Amino acid sequence: MKIIVDRNKCTGLGICESLAPDVFEVNDDGDLELKTEEVPDGLLSDVEAAVAGCPTEALRLEQ
Amino acid sequence: MTEPVDHLVVVGASLAGLRAVEGARKAGFDGRITLVGAEEHLPYDRPPLSKSYLDEQAPEATTFRTADVLRDELGVDLRLGAPATGLDTTAKQLQVGDTSLGYDALVVATGAAARTLPGSLAGVHTLRTLDDAVAVRAALDAGARTVVIGAGFIGSEVASGARKRGLDVTVVEALPTPLVRAVGEVMGNACAALHRRNGTDLRCGVGVAALEGTGRVERVVLADGTAIDADLVVVGIGAVPATDWLRDSGLRLDDGIVCDEYLFTGAEGVYAAGDVARWYNPLFDRAMRLEHWTSAAEQGAAAARNALDPSAAKPYQTVPYFWSDWYDSRIQFVGVPATDEIRVVEGDPERGGRMVALYREGSRLAGVLTLNGQNVIMKYRGLIMKRAGWDDALTFAQQRKAA
Repeated sequence: MKIIVDRNKCTGLGICESLAPDVFEVNDDGDLELKTEEVPDGLLSDVEAAVAGCPTEALRLEQ
Repeated sequence: MTEPVDHLVVVGASLAGLRAVEGARKAGFDGRITLVGAEEHLPYDRPPLSKSYLDEQAPEATTFRTADVLRDELGVDLRLGAPATGLDTTAKQLQVGDTSLGYDALVVATGAAARTLPGSLAGVHTLRTLDDAVAVRAALDAGARTVVIGAGFIGSEVASGARKRGLDVTVVEALPTPLVRAVGEVMGNACAALHRRNGTDLRCGVGVAALEGTGRVERVVLADGTAIDADLVVVGIGAVPATDWLRDSGLRLDDGIVCDEYLFTGAEGVYAAGDVARWYNPLFDRAMRLEHWTSAAEQGAAAARNALDPSAAKPYQTVPYFWSDWYDSRIQFVGVPATDEIRVVEGDPERGGRMVALYREGSRLAGVLTLNGQNVIMKYRGLIMKRAGWDDALTFAQQRKAA
């Protein structure tokens, strides 16, 4: 599963980082960085929570 | 044993209600779902209404899902423009005006309503609904001299939006320090300084005596006799949970619907979610009612799952989170604003710019406020989730500073 960030929607609120810190991180410029583009083993439910928890609907998963 | 659910009714068609519907389908529920909403609009997102929706450029619609998606993909019977009027938990009937809706499971997500001031002058608005936002936007488009009553988060965002357009804005706050209950005195003042730095006239410690005008508001008169000319007045003095319609329901009401950690109200099949719910948050060992996007979304889904399968119910716990955008600054808060100690670990409240403040309760880190601290706020949320101690939080703050 691949994680896609819509950069036009993301404002770096960071909810995703708090739900899946091994995958998402807001950097010093306030922008979201993906630590990995592929969902790591065992973290699918955390990443799904991050997708659902994004207030700007900026995240989605792709097969 | 509880009976299987054939009909899930969700009352309240905003974020929590929508997420209840989506959560139910995601959990595999294939029975009937009815979504009842007081407003005529399809479920829409509220945070942008006091932010980007007020910008000069044409606003984007904040509707979450189209009617087709709701009806066809989610299989929802939509009842919009239909405020709920009563609930009989014994007969399991939701009253919506003249219509009675039987339910097996019910999620109550009727939200909160903006507090208002007495009177009915045109040009005086709250900002909670899409209709409110359309009206405020139109007034800003017309170049309104703007007075905001209440220097809370919504009012401050409106002030920011008006200043961005170069309009004259006055914010009137009854308390000597804005947001003192939300973030404490030092950080309340640090937030207030953003207004002054951006040309908003902030008047604290003075109440409003009267809104005056003939049919339409013309001025705001303060308790000290000062009169401020105004074409637009936005009242941002908080919200009250929408529970009036539940007065005779037998549900326990105490600044919201009282629920346990499962969002269960105590009445068979009835759960609550979002701004209307006062639930027991195990992570902080206390009951709380939040008016935040994140908890509304999560509670909606959690309440629906628990309502559909009470025997497998899971407690809902969270570290509260909200954000607010003022001028070019982003304010973010995680946790609860404990008062045992508030320590500024980054930045200087006197000077402005980036700031990080930690809130202690006993020996525990209870809350963190940042101004433009997007790169650390969620790391602190993680610490609070893990019930980190105060000393560990201070150590982390030191490391971040050294990095």
